[in-house]
Amino acid sequence: MECVGLCEFVTSLGVSDMGLALFLGYLIGVLLVSGVPLVTVIFLIWIERKIAARIQDRIGPNRVGPFGLLQTVADLLKLLAKEDITPAAADRLLYNAAPIVSFASVVLIWAVIPIAPGFVGVDLDIGALYFVAVASLGTLAIMTAGWASNNKYALLGAFRVVALLVSYEIPLVFALVIPVMLAGSMSMVDIINAQSHMWFIFMAPVAMLMFAISSQAETGRAPFDLIEAESELIAGFNIEYSGMKFGMFFAAEFLHVFTNGILIAVLFMGGYLGLFYQFPLLGFLWLGLKGGLVYFVFLWVRNTVPRMRIDQVMRFNWFFLVPVSILNVILTALVLKLLQVWGIAPVNLAESSLLGVLPMTVILLLKDILMILFILGRISQEGRRARLDAERAHEQLLTAAAGD
Amino acid sequence: MDVLNQWAFVGVFLLLAPIFPALPIGAATLLRPKKPNVLKSQTYECGVETVGDTWVQFRVQYYIYGLVFLVFDVEMVLLFPWAVAYNQLDMFAFGAGFLFIFLLADALIYAWKKDVLVWK
Repeated sequence: MECVGLCEFVTSLGVSDMGLALFLGYLIGVLLVSGVPLVTVIFLIWIERKIAARIQDRIGPNRVGPFGLLQTVADLLKLLAKEDITPAAADRLLYNAAPIVSFASVVLIWAVIPIAPGFVGVDLDIGALYFVAVASLGTLAIMTAGWASNNKYALLGAFRVVALLVSYEIPLVFALVIPVMLAGSMSMVDIINAQSHMWFIFMAPVAMLMFAISSQAETGRAPFDLIEAESELIAGFNIEYSGMKFGMFFAAEFLHVFTNGILIAVLFMGGYLGLFYQFPLLGFLWLGLKGGLVYFVFLWVRNTVPRMRIDQVMRFNWFFLVPVSILNVILTALVLKLLQVWGIAPVNLAESSLLGVLPMTVILLLKDILMILFILGRISQEGRRARLDAERAHEQLLTAAAGD
Repeated sequence: MDVLNQWAFVGVFLLLAPIFPALPIGAATLLRPKKPNVLKSQTYECGVETVGDTWVQFRVQYYIYGLVFLVFDVEMVLLFPWAVAYNQLDMFAFGAGFLFIFLLADALIYAWKKDVLVWK
């Protein structure tokens, strides 16, 4: 979708004022781009419930419509007819704004996602940074919701969640530096074009893993689903919400997971680029396929692993993810610079060839594998030490008890 | 498309994006029953009346996490230009970027040694 084209289309309809034509062109563009997530979210809820059901050995929704496809519509109607209770003590303005900001922040990410060749809302020069900025709005919405509810559980839940989301944003952004560095641009289209010969997932698997893990945490899915720790916080920040506002928080969450899947496809798996040869118009199919695959893995993890305690989650982030992601940036920068100086790595990936990028891919992959092995070694060392310490403490306790 | 036009598009998007979630919420106000009463609109805390003010002082730990995050996030914004220009950097600018990352790592090690990152 080229905006210039849309503006011309509007002028051809008889709008003579240039400014108005521009505005209408943008309006149509925004509706086209945001239509993609808004339509998918309806099916996402069905897919999510179906997959969760299959993993838990259930059938899932199968009554409304063929295969239960219309279940979401039925749910939507139910939510529309539900009474919406606003607590008397709540801060009404912020209370009402929070679910809207929460959903809007996810839709806004789609402004920079290239859906098919030439079909991108706006190819910002700082697309990656825009994503980081807009995604943080979701954290703000959660804090607002918890604060405005004027409920102790909601506030506690919001504090916790914000501490968690803010912490996991650091490895997320550090992982984002790697594709930017490889492509030499923050524009999403440039990042995709740089992958036309080799996907970044092969050059930087560690960065992709870091990005995936932190996105799972950012969306508040298991094992990081402390957002809705029912046993501790009743439901966390959204406890006072009911009806459609409650539904909006959940729609935002479902959409956010899928958006993260699509983002990983764009940043690390070549986005709309086909595997060997592609018909330009089918780009969105490739993107949907890759994004859907990552999305499925997210759901799989969510339905397989148990919830971690908050102190474990924080420990995992600050003592594992953050140091490793910093190390990853340093090592990748060093190795890549050396390769460029020695002339092994092409400076412009998009204009190179498969043979041109193959040596650097192998070396970068080797570097990542060595790094993973080193880290795993350190972890098993630490684990062994912790186990021996625990055993020693246990024995001391036993001898002390025998002494009494 | 020049830069100004790009941001005009983002501006239009920013104006429209809140409308999408606001529409169903607005539609719900027309359809849903609305019968608030004193008991129903009380704060929901396990059925017991809430005691005291909710907006009280909170643990300093959250503030420290926020502070450490700020250190990283602000410096990260400065790291992105370095990553974009990476391919054209000479050795001096490259080394300067490294110094910068080491400063970041230093902040992390400091917080680590001060034991503020452990959730207590």
